[in-house]
Amino acid sequence: MVKTSVSQIKMPLTGNDAGAYAMKQVNPDVVAAYPITPQTELMQTFAQYVHDGDVDTALITVESEHSAMSACIGAAAAGARTMTATSANGFALMWEVLYIAASLRLPITMAVVNRALSGPINIHCDHSDSMGARDAGWIQMYAENSQEAYDLWLIGIKAAENHDVLLPAMIMYDGFIISHTMEVVETLPDDAVKDYVGPYKPAYAMLLDEKPFTVGPLDFHDYYFEHKRQEIEGMEHAPAALAAAATEYEKLSGRHYGPVETYRADDADVIMVALGSTAGTARYVVDVLRDQGKSVGLMKLRNFRPFPHAEVADALGKTKCVVVCDRVASFGAFGSPTFMELRSALYEVPERPPVINYIYGLGGRDTGPDLLEQAFEEGLRVARTGKIEQHVSYLGVR
Amino acid sequence: MTTLKELSRREERFTGGHRLCSGCGAAIVARQVLLAADGPVVIGNATGCLEVGTTIYPYTSWKVPWIHNAFENVAATMSGVETAYRVFKDRGKLDKDFHFVAFGGDGGTYDIGLQALSGMLERGHKMLYVCYDNQAYMNTGIQRSSATPKGASTTTAPHGKLIPGKIHRRKDLTAIVAAHHIPYVAQAAPHAFMDLMRKVEKALAADGPSFINILAPCHRGWRHGPEETLEVSRIATNTCFWPLYEVVDDKWKLNYKPRKKLPVEEWMKFQGRFAHLFDGDGHPELVAEIQADVDREWEDLLIRCGELPPRECREEEAKK
Repeated sequence: MVKTSVSQIKMPLTGNDAGAYAMKQVNPDVVAAYPITPQTELMQTFAQYVHDGDVDTALITVESEHSAMSACIGAAAAGARTMTATSANGFALMWEVLYIAASLRLPITMAVVNRALSGPINIHCDHSDSMGARDAGWIQMYAENSQEAYDLWLIGIKAAENHDVLLPAMIMYDGFIISHTMEVVETLPDDAVKDYVGPYKPAYAMLLDEKPFTVGPLDFHDYYFEHKRQEIEGMEHAPAALAAAATEYEKLSGRHYGPVETYRADDADVIMVALGSTAGTARYVVDVLRDQGKSVGLMKLRNFRPFPHAEVADALGKTKCVVVCDRVASFGAFGSPTFMELRSALYEVPERPPVINYIYGLGGRDTGPDLLEQAFEEGLRVARTGKIEQHVSYLGVR
Repeated sequence: MTTLKELSRREERFTGGHRLCSGCGAAIVARQVLLAADGPVVIGNATGCLEVGTTIYPYTSWKVPWIHNAFENVAATMSGVETAYRVFKDRGKLDKDFHFVAFGGDGGTYDIGLQALSGMLERGHKMLYVCYDNQAYMNTGIQRSSATPKGASTTTAPHGKLIPGKIHRRKDLTAIVAAHHIPYVAQAAPHAFMDLMRKVEKALAADGPSFINILAPCHRGWRHGPEETLEVSRIATNTCFWPLYEVVDDKWKLNYKPRKKLPVEEWMKFQGRFAHLFDGDGHPELVAEIQADVDREWEDLLIRCGELPPRECREEEAKK
């Protein structure tokens, strides 16, 4: 544990409380948001801060999520620090403009409270909303609990606004499982948060200037490609910006945030990979199985975009079997999104471990220790025999 | 009220050399609006002819800050810009005053952008929204919109053997906007340029959202000569198809009453998109229906503007 430079305040917060509290401490210029379960409480809590005068942020109570992201784009293009939050179908309604926010290089930050996409309509957690936008040009980080939801949002702001990056960032936390679960969260004092994120300095003169400045012109085959290439370069700078932001944050908080996090994985024959709250369950199962003398460990994937391929190869390259658990399906693809990305990251590892994929928890289906144990046992069998019987399986489906 | 002489001395902030068609109504509208909007102004533009024709990278026709986001969201985008401005003012980060003007075609305003427009109006953002209404999706090649007049032939509601063009009645967007009870709403047309620019000045002086629906003839879609843009605009007002009026704090006021109300045929016959209604046997029943719609709408407007007593009163009078 690093010695921290500020004394932190312990608060009982749900994920949504933690998100709203981070927003309050940042006191951004503009928030434009539309309520949707399970994000609604975050927006309500923030609206209360605004109406009580705890912040002087301008809150735009838009009439849809499409307008939420559109208004964020307008505000950010005018030079404002801008934040929003959504879930599932609301997130899907933003889809078109998510890409535009990224291509205009506007460092908007957004909490995505993960919820299954319709249809059928469902309000509970899976990652089908945010995973679908993995190529939208946003930084994507998955939080395991309320503490991470709070911390990652602050780190995300700093990395997104880095002038080498200038891309928007979304912070995911699991709907209900995190958003509505109270836990003790260590928060930084207001001043420490303000100093950490600093005053917002846009990279360019923005719209509120008498100088003519054309934002979002028609861009044909003669320039579009170069502009997309520059956007990709921004994302290539994101790992360093995220690392720098996390290092500075660690000095304040004592909490370390890398793109991946391993648990009892160094000598493990089987390493499970999980995102979000399931990583917490997996950590418990690792302990149970270790007590039984089984060689298992965990790699929590925190950053999905940019995908930490080198860190993944480093963490998994020497194991005998990797079990990828993903709370999302990718129809017609060979396995789930994390499975695909991760197998690609392992391609050049000298002795590639076999990788199996479990799709679990769609629509909020409860995924307890017994199910993860089942996945670990299959991983141990593959590690023993070297033979994969089925690459892609489903946990807990009838 | 600025005089024509003063206007003629103002800097052109919407420059020539853009790629809009010669004789394009939207370009004339944009130029007139910008001339009237004195002082610092930020422009938002929905996807459409005006956007694609004026900003092909790395060129721009706009000598003012300008933003394009997407098709359906200029009102929401400009809500964000205007809110950022307001918060910077409140926080003492900005001294200068700015006006905000959003441009959308009828596609981006009557149809796909209607929700964002309504939201912006209801939330009270202080900006002028200008709809340049060319009565179809002209940018993508003359497809029908809810602003397309009944009887017009478009590429998605063409004149066919069975169906003579668009069979649906046009939406009255100006009245829909007026129903939001915003401080200033108007209808204008580019041939009446002093009226149009006076309306822009009033709209920008309003304390809240304002809206001007401006007829923007498109000779490619309407099928008339490029040199006839202002003439077709003039006839639209003289047939009372496109009345000029304003709604100030919910009070309706007529700005122009033709000395002689011309039959709507005179406007329609000017344009190739209605030619099938008059060729050969034509569709006299449809033309009569269109005339009846115009007459009814004009009468409704006169009543709203206090130029005519309400129908019930007149019926009472007649009985006496």
